[in-house]
Amino acid sequence: MSTLMIKDLHVNVGEKEILKGIDLEIKTGEIHAIMGPNGNGKSTLLSAIMGHPKYEVTSGSITLNDQDVLSMSVDERSRVGLFLGMQYPQEIPGVTNSDFLKAAMNARLEKPISLFKFIRTLDKNIEELNMDENLAHRYLNEGFSGGEKKRNEILQMKLLKPQFALLDEIDSGLDVDALHVVSDAINSMRSDDFACVMVSHYERLFELVKPTHVHVLVNGKIVMSGGYELVEKIDQEGYEWIKELGIEMLEEEEKKPIILESCGKKESFKNE
Amino acid sequence: MAIDKYDIPTNNEDFDFKDEDVSIFKTPKGLSEEIVREISQIKGEPEWMLEYRLKSLKCFLEKPMPTWGVDLSQMDFDEYTYYNRPSDNKTDKWEEVPETIKNTFNKLGIPEAEQKFLAGASAQYESEVVYHNMLEEVKEKGVIFLDIDSGLREYPEIFKKYFDTVIPYNDNKFSALNGAVWSGGSFIYVPPGVKLEKPLQSYFRINSERMAQFERTLIIVDKGSDIHYVEGCTAPSYSKDSLHAGVVEIVVLEGAKCRYTTIQNWSKNIYNLVTQRAKVYKNGAMEWVDGNIGSLVTMKYPTCVLAQEGAKGTCVTIAVADDVQIIDSGSKMIHLAPHTSSQIISKSISRNGGKVNYRGLVRHNKKAIDAKSKVECDTLILDEKSTSDTVPTNMMLNNDSIIEHEATVSKVSEDQLFYLMSRGLTKAQATEMIVMGFIEPFSRELPMEYAVELNQLLKLDFGEDSIG
Repeated sequence: MSTLMIKDLHVNVGEKEILKGIDLEIKTGEIHAIMGPNGNGKSTLLSAIMGHPKYEVTSGSITLNDQDVLSMSVDERSRVGLFLGMQYPQEIPGVTNSDFLKAAMNARLEKPISLFKFIRTLDKNIEELNMDENLAHRYLNEGFSGGEKKRNEILQMKLLKPQFALLDEIDSGLDVDALHVVSDAINSMRSDDFACVMVSHYERLFELVKPTHVHVLVNGKIVMSGGYELVEKIDQEGYEWIKELGIEMLEEEEKKPIILESCGKKESFKNE
Repeated sequence: MAIDKYDIPTNNEDFDFKDEDVSIFKTPKGLSEEIVREISQIKGEPEWMLEYRLKSLKCFLEKPMPTWGVDLSQMDFDEYTYYNRPSDNKTDKWEEVPETIKNTFNKLGIPEAEQKFLAGASAQYESEVVYHNMLEEVKEKGVIFLDIDSGLREYPEIFKKYFDTVIPYNDNKFSALNGAVWSGGSFIYVPPGVKLEKPLQSYFRINSERMAQFERTLIIVDKGSDIHYVEGCTAPSYSKDSLHAGVVEIVVLEGAKCRYTTIQNWSKNIYNLVTQRAKVYKNGAMEWVDGNIGSLVTMKYPTCVLAQEGAKGTCVTIAVADDVQIIDSGSKMIHLAPHTSSQIISKSISRNGGKVNYRGLVRHNKKAIDAKSKVECDTLILDEKSTSDTVPTNMMLNNDSIIEHEATVSKVSEDQLFYLMSRGLTKAQATEMIVMGFIEPFSRELPMEYAVELNQLLKLDFGEDSIG
């Protein structure tokens, strides 16, 4: 069993403190859900664990079985078993999905995977995820629909077999059928040697992939932890009741009901 | 000299070996009428060629140095050796190539490549072609593939008919210089209706310090024929600079197609000043696939003159400028006739302080009605020290044609790097992957063996600290 331990984590973006002391212990075999209104630090937490350079850890620690994660480069974190399924996967023109996937798999193997085995593994997973069979030859995420990008993240998770998968709004941009495919894939990974941290706004994902632990992240802090009953309560009552407990909440930015793909582009543009 | 100021770096160990001087004859340093006469005499050329050389020399001496592009004022024409004969004989048997030269080309993998996928191969060492061979089946089709001196000797009529017609000696200072002292290069004539499946290849090697190479290539693709010609260039690194001023003339006749692929990987002390131009007749098609990785300074703009209706020109070019390098390249498309079309795709990369420029021209003349051109030039700058300029010129002299132009300049984005690294790729691997993806529109045009070699060349030094 492995443990990912986060202690008193403070994270800045530029001058602004986004995470204000996060404590979280995740053991393999567990599925954690992180809920909370937009703009309160959920995505920041996942990106900071993976080591995105935009997020500066000002204090606190992250350890994986006593190894200091914060001193590792991003690629080292990947190779020790962390994985981030991103909200806005990057497009890399000119690089085929299969070249990329093979390189990523080889990055953690002593001996490169044989071409035959790679193709067999890839084809099997593409089929299971109900993806475009031409996917291997398309350029990485370029021209992918929102749903295809998310499924491609899941495909990578399945091929790389991380111990700790961090999934950032993996369900956005998915229609109902795709959501089932993706949740089946996550469930198929569940084992004593796999843990998952999911961020999502929708109860639907958590219904399909039942979390063992649920946390509410508000204004850079985890204000409440519990089991699945928290998901149900938030689904029914929203976050108002948390305010009533005297917890200050950051104002949610107004969200417009537009299709998710263009939304993704807009938001990633705004982030720059 | 320009490069004395720099500690000339080399990161290209595979090609960076030099052999002992094997020349059996070379002219003294510097350029004069005597030297030009001597070269012509050694080659046993007809009188008209000697006159041509002398007229070119005069033109070269009169023309001022071009000042519109890269600063060339540090070049010293008196310091170069203009002719160097490495061997007495040219041979079509690999075993007969002198041992030292053979070793050189063996190290470069030339004979292997020939056996694997070429229809014919030619290897030039310093000023002369030392090895030349061609498949029987290609010979049987009537294809002439010779070193250019033999071409002049054996096919004087074809030679004279086309020589100097695409690039006249007085086109520019360096075409004039080439006209005066040209030596070596390829002569190809493809008779009507011949399609070659495999490419023909030449390989050029400069081995001596301060040696200047002036190969001259003349390719005529007759009606309805289709060929692919591949050229590679290397030189070892010396502390003194060398000069390469080649001239490539291509005639694409009606309905014919020619693809010319070249990757120059000259060492970083070579001035590479090359004039390449094709004249394309009715419904013919010319494709330049042009890679510029080496040299100290490159100025090279493969050109298509689309002379008759329906002619098509394409240029796919990449330029990679590292540390002291200045690569000034691009393409020119001159539309003289109706319904002609052209496309330029340029991908430039600068890193470690290199400077890479795109310089191009698209010109639609008065008669070029319904002409279409598309120019796409993208630049990737890998660090703060490196620079790039884009200098496109688009001219439309009629009211009924279209030029599209797109240009981008970008850096390797933090988010792209993070994405790839979060999957376990090191920063160097991730950068390399992004760069390879960037030039993919070029590398997909290469024969497989070349694409692999190109990858090897570019993999050199994506150091951990060079990015970001």
